[in-house]
Amino acid sequence: MTVMDVEPLLRRLTGDEKHAPSAFSTLDVLWVLYDRVLRVDPRRLDDPDRDRFLLSKGHGPAAYYAVLAAKGFLPHDWLDDLAGADSPLGHHPDRLRVPGVEISSGSLGHGLGLGVGTALGLRAQGRLEPRVYVLLGDAELDEGSNHEAIAYAGATGLDSVTAVVIDNRSASHGWPGGIASRFAVHGWTAVTVDGRDHDAVEAGLRQAGEGAPHVVVAVVETKGS
Amino acid sequence: MRQAFIDTATALIDADPRTALVLADISAAAFERAALKHADRVLNVGIREQLMIGVAGGLALTGLRPIAHSYATFLVDRAYEQIKLDLAHQGVGAILVSVGASYDGSSEGYTHMSPMDVQLLDTLPGWTIHVPGHPGEVAPLLTAAAAHDDPVYLRLSTQTNDIAYADASSLRPVRHGTKALVVAVGPMLAPVLEATKGLDVTVAYTHTPRPFDTTGLRELATSGNVALVEPYLAGTSAHVISEALADRPHRLLSLGVTRRDLHAYGTPADHARWHGLDPATLRTSLTPWLP
Repeated sequence: MTVMDVEPLLRRLTGDEKHAPSAFSTLDVLWVLYDRVLRVDPRRLDDPDRDRFLLSKGHGPAAYYAVLAAKGFLPHDWLDDLAGADSPLGHHPDRLRVPGVEISSGSLGHGLGLGVGTALGLRAQGRLEPRVYVLLGDAELDEGSNHEAIAYAGATGLDSVTAVVIDNRSASHGWPGGIASRFAVHGWTAVTVDGRDHDAVEAGLRQAGEGAPHVVVAVVETKGS
Repeated sequence: MRQAFIDTATALIDADPRTALVLADISAAAFERAALKHADRVLNVGIREQLMIGVAGGLALTGLRPIAHSYATFLVDRAYEQIKLDLAHQGVGAILVSVGASYDGSSEGYTHMSPMDVQLLDTLPGWTIHVPGHPGEVAPLLTAAAAHDDPVYLRLSTQTNDIAYADASSLRPVRHGTKALVVAVGPMLAPVLEATKGLDVTVAYTHTPRPFDTTGLRELATSGNVALVEPYLAGTSAHVISEALADRPHRLLSLGVTRRDLHAYGTPADHARWHGLDPATLRTSLTPWLP
């Protein structure tokens, strides 16, 4: 199975309006996470030692649902009724309705704080194996709540957290000096990769080390280009 | 009450590995020893209230029982969306413990006051809200809250009654009369008892306005006249009482903190007077209303 196999699933969600996988900024990163990195299993959704993937950037979750469907977390026929009255799949994901979804998101700037708390909770219970991955958008970094979490996780060396920022340059006022430096100044290890290059994304994710949280900035096409 | 909270929370953290405390600098010094002993479960995130609630939500998602604590205005007003989304919408709970109440920090000005905290939480489903009227009520309420996973708000104040009541989760009659039921919530009991001296009314006390004891209300409100005296925004529990008595004729007088920003300092007693919650003004409000 490759990321190309996700395409027909995406088509079921969005019709022909968006048909090329490249139209989905998060798709390749999500695929690499679920195909190569995350230690999660749809048969053991409540395994306390599973990795946690938190989609903070909850809008435009079609790629997320399609990858979850491809990996066996949800039935494929759910994809045919996006945001319908009886559909568990909406335009922002709901953890109480979708298997494998760790947080309900939509309002921007909530995932990283929840991720930091999740990492702290796992550590307090002696669960040192699971990593906590939080996917954000570059425009989402406009929200001050993210900077509360970035500063605290960096200051305390919360090294079980990996943030992934999809950078399609959609922040209205941009991030002069680059996104990675915003994290690095608070003590995070940071790497910027081509968000369409699966090997580069995987390598970036695997660079997480001890003593500091890690961020992978995955650069994709400029929004609207 | 704050000391009772510190002592009880410290004991809970010692006794129960599920209990975790999240602070945003406020009261951090009081938990220094607990933090040295349990560094993984006593977490001070700095002056970051959005993160404090986000972290509480994350801790709860892993199965811990978080307690988050600050001034009511920073804990509830400032972080309201985190409470709505990082706790309620995720389907997890926490214990939020506030100090400062409506105007305990009167000399600090309006930035340190939160008369609206209870009403804000009342917009969300499922919260148990405790407003103790005495330090002696704090430990049992907090200990009970730590034993489950539901959302609980514990609103502490420097204003206190003379006596602690152990059985005040429901409406507890303190004085009996015939013309009206006067419900006093939390620290309002002392001024209400003073204000109603010699009046032919039943005074009932509760430290738990949510869930409100509507069964007790229906039993005690036989006269059909109910006066509600709350130490936060006036009318916060009016909708609950109206709903509970919808099938019978009744009159309801709702007293509490007004919506005015007074732009004034002074003492909590000054603010009580300005909002009409001192014994003399309460009596002035109640007397012409009584049948």
